[in-house]
Amino acid sequence: MRSRAGDGRLLRGAVLGVVIAGILLPILAGFWETSRASFGLLPAIGASEVSLAPWRELAEMPGLATSLRLTLVTGVGATLLSLLLAIGFCAAVHGRLSQRAGGRILTPFLAAPHAAMAIGLAFLLSPSGWIARAFAPVLGWDRPPMLATVNDPWGGALILGLMVKEVPFLLLVILSALSQLPVRAHLTAGRSLGYGRGIVWIKVIMPQVWPLIRLPVMVVLAYALSAVDMALILGPSNPPTLAVMLLRLFSDPDLSRILPASAGALLQGALVALAFAALFALERLVRAAGLWWLRRGGRGVTAEPGLRLATWFTGALMALGALAMASLLLWSLAWRWPWPALLPESWSLRAWSTPGSGWGAALATTVILAAGSTAAALALAIAWLEGEDRAGMRRGGWASALIYLPLLVPQIAFLYGLNVAFLRLGVSGDLAAVVWAHTLFVFPYVMIALSDPWRALDRRLLRAAGSLGAGPWRRLFAVKLPILLTPILTAAAIGVAVSVAQYLPTLFIGAGRVASLTTEAVTLSSSSDRRITGVYATLQAGLPFLAYAAAFAIPAFMHRNRRALTSEGIA
Amino acid sequence: MLRTALLSLAAALAASPTLADWPETLEAARGQTVYWNAWGGDARTNAFIAWVGEETEERFGVSVQHVRLTDTAEAVTRVLSERAAGRDEDGSVDLIWINGPNFLSMKEQDLLFGPFVSDLPNAEYLDLAPDAAASLDFTVPVDGMESPWRLARFVFAYDSARIDSPPKTMADFPDWAAANPGRFTHPAPSNFMGATFLKQALVELAPDPARLLEPTDEAAFAAQTEPLWAWYDALRPHLWRGGETFPENESVQQQLLNDGEVDIAMSFDPASTAAMIAQGLLPESARVFVPAGGSIGNVSFVAIPYNAANAEGAQVVANFLLDPAVQARMQNIEVMGSFSVLDPARLDEEARAAFDALPTAPALPTLEALGPTLPEPHPSWMTRLTEEWARRYTK
Repeated sequence: MRSRAGDGRLLRGAVLGVVIAGILLPILAGFWETSRASFGLLPAIGASEVSLAPWRELAEMPGLATSLRLTLVTGVGATLLSLLLAIGFCAAVHGRLSQRAGGRILTPFLAAPHAAMAIGLAFLLSPSGWIARAFAPVLGWDRPPMLATVNDPWGGALILGLMVKEVPFLLLVILSALSQLPVRAHLTAGRSLGYGRGIVWIKVIMPQVWPLIRLPVMVVLAYALSAVDMALILGPSNPPTLAVMLLRLFSDPDLSRILPASAGALLQGALVALAFAALFALERLVRAAGLWWLRRGGRGVTAEPGLRLATWFTGALMALGALAMASLLLWSLAWRWPWPALLPESWSLRAWSTPGSGWGAALATTVILAAGSTAAALALAIAWLEGEDRAGMRRGGWASALIYLPLLVPQIAFLYGLNVAFLRLGVSGDLAAVVWAHTLFVFPYVMIALSDPWRALDRRLLRAAGSLGAGPWRRLFAVKLPILLTPILTAAAIGVAVSVAQYLPTLFIGAGRVASLTTEAVTLSSSSDRRITGVYATLQAGLPFLAYAAAFAIPAFMHRNRRALTSEGIA
Repeated sequence: MLRTALLSLAAALAASPTLADWPETLEAARGQTVYWNAWGGDARTNAFIAWVGEETEERFGVSVQHVRLTDTAEAVTRVLSERAAGRDEDGSVDLIWINGPNFLSMKEQDLLFGPFVSDLPNAEYLDLAPDAAASLDFTVPVDGMESPWRLARFVFAYDSARIDSPPKTMADFPDWAAANPGRFTHPAPSNFMGATFLKQALVELAPDPARLLEPTDEAAFAAQTEPLWAWYDALRPHLWRGGETFPENESVQQQLLNDGEVDIAMSFDPASTAAMIAQGLLPESARVFVPAGGSIGNVSFVAIPYNAANAEGAQVVANFLLDPAVQARMQNIEVMGSFSVLDPARLDEEARAAFDALPTAPALPTLEALGPTLPEPHPSWMTRLTEEWARRYTK
């Protein structure tokens, strides 16, 4: 027994070492280089004097105040609205929608990368877009209406775009949290006491769900406050959100702009930290107020209309998302599709028939990046979980924080600095370096997806295997991994989706040499040819979808004669 | 004395390497892969670069990897971060399609390889006199640090099915926009094309256009741009979306023209409208116009960073781009439609015939229709113009 715990400790130590060296250190190094540059230290451009000048220059940037306000409004707004809709929708449909069925409906939305979704939405919503075209004959528009429906100065289109992606994510997270609670019993008890369905949700169920979804909500908040690709495509441009402004500064012909850009990158980090602090303050406030409200015991007004509204809006969001993806596919098959035609005037396969024009190579690169980073992340996650098992230890809060860290820190705050650090090591622009950078962000998701099923594994099977003489490694490879095939493949599919969606890590660490479907799609989104953009975006969305399909089909085939292991057996 | 004379002779010889070096360059270049960093927003240019790579691979064993940029400054930043990290050789950028301010920035920071242009055998087809178009990039002397490859001219495009008479001069734009509210815009001035639009107006409206060829200063900037801001204040309220937001670049604006959201687009390539029609990206009725007094023009160049890993291969590619047959192919409207940078007077019969035989199209303007080429202002004007615009209109 002692040697087994020792073995576990060794494995655990090794995994922790890899995670610290491979994930924590790069983030710290990136922050370090960014901070140095923000205080005037970037020897490459002859900046070698410590000063506050970069911060002053940042403060004097035209439109910075508007830009900060926009960032907060879009980031916080999108997160709050998404959370409200997701909770309302869950409250309304829970019981009618199992976690599995929900997962299946939500998968396409989770799989579609942000950039592809944004490109589709930009066409759908624009004044000359699909929706306007549908109304044109009715309203007698001979020219597109003069409405700012995308890139609007208020950031409305950006909020909507973020919501289309984040609501499904939060729905899935909430559904998974609910599966751990006796919701039905609570509802029955609550209703028998005369509380309405919505009120039971708010008073009884949400306080229990919240601790389980707090971290994912923070991930959404950090993302929404610092998203680059979606903000580039859907957000306002004069001024843009802070992250886009920083991207522009980082790539300004005047090289000294990298200094204020670095200061801005730290400001972006501070903004996210501030939002987290506000979230915690709000949590305490709601807890205190909620307790008083609970004790008061009022049966309250009915929340049903609110729930119906949430269901409605969520349905509308999903319809928008689906139409956006459909419009990408249509554009890739169109030749001419002028205003106000509802469907292309003429069709062509030309955009698809020339993989040599670039999409072939980008597809190959994307597949390599996704496969490499997902494999690395899976191996690391399995080693971590196995180490926990063998050492017989529960995961501490610090370990969870370590896993979530790359998702909570805004990418732009450390990626440029990380690139400088990578350059020093001579690995920038390498495919391997980009795989590593992707793994930073793939690992947390894989870990999150795999942890619960891993812990839910029936321990009796392992004890049985052990009593038959199987050692720890044999138990891992012959029992655990085969049984966990479905969750492992699901985690892999999530990993692929996360990797395919990465924009900034590919751009910065790849030094522009590594062209993935995502970087190309974002570049093309500012070109004049929607048909080619359509090809890239369709491929970009199709790849994760294929991965999910494989995650569904492979276990079904492998376990076709093991009823207890088919997906019906394991939820 | 003799020693000094010999030394200076040796220095002179070293400073102007003869063409005898070229076979060595070709030899060293064989097997290299040139990472050509070039703006990737134009499908025809992308296809042309791919073709160049196939040809140089076959003829010289030099393959080309097109690194597609959204903005040329990305490549400059990359070279810079490499120097930051002490990567002074074996850099990741071999060749950059570059324009005025980025060139000036790299030249000032000593980030360029060269001079190399006079070593290229095909440089014999260029007019390299000190004041020739190929010797100045935005009034900044090229000094052999970048090699020309395509000619750019500022033009407007419009849909003749929607509007009959586009504005005749830059001064006419505010009236036209007032009569057609929301139907005109320009790319954001942080973008090259948006800045060029402002410069075109500046060149026409400045009290003393000749002053624009010198570096700017506070007093000159205030005096020369005053009419410009008055003009712009009259124009802006009538722009698309009330002049609150702007398309990111000319491609996005061209898409707006195609979508019918605006009536006018702009380009730095007189042939682009005809080419876009052929590609199904603009309606058949799209046409080109230039302001009556002519428009800004410049030459696009390729430059090699100081730390390029494949500098020899990059020179082979730069030289190949100047081959008369390649330039004629580039000017072909069915291929790319960019005007050639070669000096017609230096071409032989055969090469001239190749240019004369190029196909034409209804939306392709003739050289005469384009009018005179106006010189680019000194880059410091563009930088100040962009900053001042942001200060005034980004709230």
